[in-house]
Amino acid sequence: MSRTVIQIEGISKFYKTGKTSTGNLSRDLAEWWKSSFQKGYSGQNKTIQPNPPKYFKALQDISMEVKQGEVLGIIGGNGAGKSTLLKILSRITKPTNGRIRIKGRIASLLEVGTGFHPDLTGRENIFLNGAILGMRKDEIRSKLDEIITFSAVERFIDTPVKRYSSGMYVRLAFAVAAHLEPEILIIDEVLAVGDLEFQKKCLGKMKEVSHNQGRTVIFVSHSMASVKALCSRAILLQNGRVHLEGNSAQVVDSYLNNLMLRQNKFYFKIDNIHAASLLSLKIEDAKSRPTCNFLVAEPWQMKVGFKVMHPVSNLTISIGIVTTENIPVRTISSNPAHFDHGNFEAVFFEDEIMYAAGTYHVVLSLSQNGHIFQYIDTDACISFEDSLVSKSVIKIKNTGLILNPMNVPIHRIS
Amino acid sequence: MNDEQEKWDMEIISTTGLFEINWRELWQYRDLVLLFVRRDLTATYKQTILGPLWFFIQPILTTTMYIIVFGKIANLSTGGLPKILFYLAGITIWNYFQESLIKTSETFITNQNLFGKVYFPRLAVPISLVISGLIKFFIQFALFLLVWLYFLFDDDNVSTHPNNTLFLFPVYILVMSGLGFSYGILISSLTTKYRDLRFLIQFGIQLLMYATPVVYPLQIVSEKYQWLLFLNPVAIIIEAFKYGFTGHGYFSCSVLGYSVVFTMLNLFFSILIFNRVEKTFVDTV
Repeated sequence: MSRTVIQIEGISKFYKTGKTSTGNLSRDLAEWWKSSFQKGYSGQNKTIQPNPPKYFKALQDISMEVKQGEVLGIIGGNGAGKSTLLKILSRITKPTNGRIRIKGRIASLLEVGTGFHPDLTGRENIFLNGAILGMRKDEIRSKLDEIITFSAVERFIDTPVKRYSSGMYVRLAFAVAAHLEPEILIIDEVLAVGDLEFQKKCLGKMKEVSHNQGRTVIFVSHSMASVKALCSRAILLQNGRVHLEGNSAQVVDSYLNNLMLRQNKFYFKIDNIHAASLLSLKIEDAKSRPTCNFLVAEPWQMKVGFKVMHPVSNLTISIGIVTTENIPVRTISSNPAHFDHGNFEAVFFEDEIMYAAGTYHVVLSLSQNGHIFQYIDTDACISFEDSLVSKSVIKIKNTGLILNPMNVPIHRIS
Repeated sequence: MNDEQEKWDMEIISTTGLFEINWRELWQYRDLVLLFVRRDLTATYKQTILGPLWFFIQPILTTTMYIIVFGKIANLSTGGLPKILFYLAGITIWNYFQESLIKTSETFITNQNLFGKVYFPRLAVPISLVISGLIKFFIQFALFLLVWLYFLFDDDNVSTHPNNTLFLFPVYILVMSGLGFSYGILISSLTTKYRDLRFLIQFGIQLLMYATPVVYPLQIVSEKYQWLLFLNPVAIIIEAFKYGFTGHGYFSCSVLGYSVVFTMLNLFFSILIFNRVEKTFVDTV
């Protein structure tokens, strides 16, 4: 029996919502002085406080064990507490209650390229980043060649990283991380960056790490396909609690089913950096009734809300339909147009393409002149069930993803 | 299964003891500290034409300006020392203190993102800042030494009399590092909650400079009020430094002793507070 390397006992994390303090030293001091030294003063804020401190319970009473060599996937919607759990495990913040005990060296990778300095060269950054992730200098030196080869940026290794393309930057950063040798590795969504080839490389490296070297990996992802492929066990978090735990395929399926029953409206955080930002996504049927379960060949529509902060021209709104195996099936873009300040809604109405039965998830993007400036891998799913109505579709297993019928004339040739 | 009781390498719990500071872990991360130092030194002057020459240009320009403004225009006494030597001594020491303080006071604010993504002992950052400051200090100190040697061997000039207290020089450096570091991390801990302090520090440090004998000698302050200046340990060190190298200035064991004790106490409390704040600062920023 393999031994337990992480033991989590009753972990909770509460955040105070609303104002935590006045943010002003003198007022806080005065408050503190009055409440602690003046008898009879119960605090002007306390007696007639309009809203007493409320707590947001990001995690509640989480308990679990992780065995050596196990690859544990953690899934759940936005706000389910995945990131908070990882932050506590990586010691970035402390739990409010509970205890975690860990055996062995632990390293976490919540972001690739943490601490990269744009003015330093690739080589210098390998050392800096490696040390930030907990490697000793000698350790990095002995793996330097390997890291550089893995990253495939040999030619530019003595160039400041600010001159790198984003792809090179990410490859270099992941190369460093991939050569970490902790007994326990915590990874958050890092696979969401980079192109398909790079993602495959990362997945391969992760498999190698866990299978061949017996290391423990905790992996958080929105990509159900990679959770299924990589993880032996998965945990579904919901509203800060462990909702389901078990075989990764079962947990993923149950999560997807669950998701479809409940959610067809999604809201996104506004990104203030750019001129426009995505706000919401609604999935509806042809008569604008909210649902995300359809029969194959049934028309559906997606309404994408976005906000324009500054007048912007050539703005394109795109949606992408991706399988749970992460294969992009379809991309639909609006015509580039000029928008003035305000909130808008783009309606994508689909009544042509017939998707094969199954669950697909939705990605959204905003782009200008062909350059994508906001990209959201949403939690939204749309699913199609086999319908008896469409008789022209021959039901076979492993159909292609697009089932549109085609008029196929057949004639004899001599 | 009593073996399950075997030792765990790490425990994460909700409370931290006040004095629970993981020095061993900090030591394990010593390479990180050194790499941070290297980053600070190399990144500062990348893409500049003059590069590391700036280490010299800054004190030279400041000294020139002080000679003109405080020496020539305001006609302040330099306590019998050549003007250039007097101002350069003050500026070299003061710059180190000021830079350590300001840089470390921004520890949490400038590293928010980094601290939110990866764990390492947070003290590594301010420590590395003080060390890179120290290297810059020694470069500027070399400049001071050159000027000092010139006056020392200049026969026309009989004002420079180094004495035995010069051997206390390492102590002065340690006290200055300790002061800059402890004030800095104290302020950085408080700024996570109270941003007011960030604005205060900008002119607070200016005011403190005028409360320190950098641009004037201690003697021009009447003896009745000298003790007020000595409340500020930086003043003690600057005076002692000048005294050791030139014989002009003020030195007394008891006052120096006070500055050492003050620094140690200050260090102790700042590290305690820093250690408390670093655990949850991600939630408050």
